Amino acid sequence: MSDITESRKPPVATTGILGWLRMNLFSNWVNSLISLFVLYILFQFVPWILNWTIFAADFKYNFNGEEIINREMCSRVLDPENGGACWAIIYVRFYQFMYGFYPREEVWRVNLSYIMLAVAVVPLLFDNFPFRKHFLKFTYVFPVIAFFLLNGGLGLESVSTNKWGGLLVTLVLGCTGIALAFPLGIILALGRRSNLPVISMMCTLFIEFIRGVPLITLLFFGMVMLPLFLPEGIDMDGLARVLVAVTLFQSAYMAEVIRGGLQAIPQGQYEAARSIGLSYWQMNLKVVLPQAIRISIPSIVNTSIGLFKDTTLVIIVGLLDLLGIGRGALADTTWLGLAYEVYFFVSLVFFIFTFAMSRYSLYLEKKLKTGINMGAD
Amino acid sequence: MRSNLNFFSDEKFRSIFFQTLVIGLFALGIYFVVQTTGYNLEKRNIATGWRFLSDPAGFDISFSPFINFKSTDTHLDVYFVGVLNTLLVSFCGCIAATILGFLVGIIRLSSNWLLVRVAYIYVEFTRNVPLLLQIILWYSILIQLPRVKQSLEFLDTFFISNRGIYSPRPVFETGFSYVFIAIILAFISSFIIRRWAKKRQDETGKQFPVLSSAFGLIIILPLLLFFIIGSPMSFDYPALKGFNFKGGMVIRPEFIAMFLALTIYTAAFISETVRSGILSVTKGQREASASLGLKKSWIMRLIIIPQALRVIVPPLTSQYLNLTKNSSLGIAVGYADLVHGFGGISLNQTGQAIECMVIVMATYLTISLTISVFMNIYNRSIQFKEK
Repeated sequence: MSDITESRKPPVATTGILGWLRMNLFSNWVNSLISLFVLYILFQFVPWILNWTIFAADFKYNFNGEEIINREMCSRVLDPENGGACWAIIYVRFYQFMYGFYPREEVWRVNLSYIMLAVAVVPLLFDNFPFRKHFLKFTYVFPVIAFFLLNGGLGLESVSTNKWGGLLVTLVLGCTGIALAFPLGIILALGRRSNLPVISMMCTLFIEFIRGVPLITLLFFGMVMLPLFLPEGIDMDGLARVLVAVTLFQSAYMAEVIRGGLQAIPQGQYEAARSIGLSYWQMNLKVVLPQAIRISIPSIVNTSIGLFKDTTLVIIVGLLDLLGIGRGALADTTWLGLAYEVYFFVSLVFFIFTFAMSRYSLYLEKKLKTGINMGAD
Repeated sequence: MRSNLNFFSDEKFRSIFFQTLVIGLFALGIYFVVQTTGYNLEKRNIATGWRFLSDPAGFDISFSPFINFKSTDTHLDVYFVGVLNTLLVSFCGCIAATILGFLVGIIRLSSNWLLVRVAYIYVEFTRNVPLLLQIILWYSILIQLPRVKQSLEFLDTFFISNRGIYSPRPVFETGFSYVFIAIILAFISSFIIRRWAKKRQDETGKQFPVLSSAFGLIIILPLLLFFIIGSPMSFDYPALKGFNFKGGMVIRPEFIAMFLALTIYTAAFISETVRSGILSVTKGQREASASLGLKKSWIMRLIIIPQALRVIVPPLTSQYLNLTKNSSLGIAVGYADLVHGFGGISLNQTGQAIECMVIVMATYLTISLTISVFMNIYNRSIQFKEK
């Protein structure tokens, strides 16, 4: 018979490796072209970067097996064709990157603070941490301990803050800024939503002013103008002045985030709290704020990431944080010209911290979402 | 019954009492600060007042594309150069970051697995590394370019070296102003045509080719006029003389580093808001418009984008504000913006910290406020109009 329809070919496979490739990389000719182009770029670029950072790189010894003590001994200076990164600059300066110019015999104090910081922060982040309640008590006293430990006093030799540097300064600025800005932010957020017109106007003006100017102008304010405002005899050191600026800056952003959380709390919660006779402060502290802060934690973490990155700005007013130490290392004539190694290392350290924070914020968001859904079911 | 003596349990009284207290304390604080500041300034022999603005600056600014700055010009001129440089890099950065951000945001929703991964890695890496570090890194790459003598040449007109990119500078001759006026008129008339076409479509359903007519008006009309008048524009080509180029136009590495870093950093954030904006449009919208028989490109243009924009624009505004504020980091590579030129060098030379910082902060507040106002107007125009 002639009018039999032709048999159709079987459909293209959509499972297995081939199916996956066809679906995700070569679904049509435009996609295939793009995929091939990207693959070509990656094949050019990835081996080169791996080679530069790891396989052809010097860590402590160059390709002759000599320990590297200056730039002339780096493989990439001796043999520009084949040599990779020269990580020896990081290796030699590692102490400075971690502690700045903190006296070597006192460095156990910094190390102890780093460990205690971990003990204080980790239980705070995960609410199913065993014995969390007892750890949190430590979290509250940790700032005091860390202050005396790092700064000296109470029998410990005093170490002036201009000897601090590297990761130590970055962490001190980041952690103190976040910790101090949190209560300030709550007060500002409550103030902005207050029924008292004077209070709400003042808080609004403060928040909008801080959010309208760049952090660098606030740092200049702290460095140049603050000493003029203070009476004679009160002398703040550089780190403290920068901390004032950083805290004010962060508190305005924190306030807006917390205000967002406060706005998300239904009016019924306020009314219910009032109707059982709670005062304004009782209502906020016991009913509203715990809920508002819970839902704004992911955003709080996100602004904290911003602050952590912004702490690098202190190099402009002359403090030596991680990036500042890096630039100092580059200015040293024995290591001149190793900019990429230093910037790569500093970026990596920042990336580890901020990426961890952003993952944590995502984890919290997911957890909060399921928590709220369970409540609604 | 409320007792008249117990004022404190009266809410109205309490509120007035506390507010007066706060105002009083605030005023006291201000008074105290003003007093100590006056004393401190006197003791350190720092002049006050605004007279320094008309004093000659006495230093040079390497990058001033709009004002021909000389070292005999005043601090007020330094201020204007700074504001213009800040606005220039912010404006270029905002536009480039928006384009790149939309592109990356759409790529991250595309079906090509490889491209999605590459875009994801780009976003995570740039978002999680401090901007200042990126600016310095770009700058250190740019100043490793070959020196002026060995600069890379393109068609004998563009020269790339560690002093920047030299390109021909357009010289406008008499008569070019007509072309310029024609461009402005073309913009206005295409705007009017758009409104008229929309009105006619609402009333009669007839469509008018707005885009192509606007294209014709804005590009072809001025171009025709340009040739009719007799090409009233020539180019001033850069030429190597001695140790540097003479003539032409130069884009300094400081500007390029700032522009690249700001664009690439902010685009990563913008791509995230674009992605979440497009994801926020429910699947039902796409399916409903497809079942109405709309073309694929129409679905995107008429259904998805308008709804996504409502979600995208508010965070986009804050990204623009961030970019503008972040342009103040130019001080790290010596880009003569507001903070570096006026808040840095002028401040150090005159010592008048308070005046300089007040001006710088007030300027940034004004710029931020202006951006917010314009973006709020735009935001209102794209929000749902409920009838």
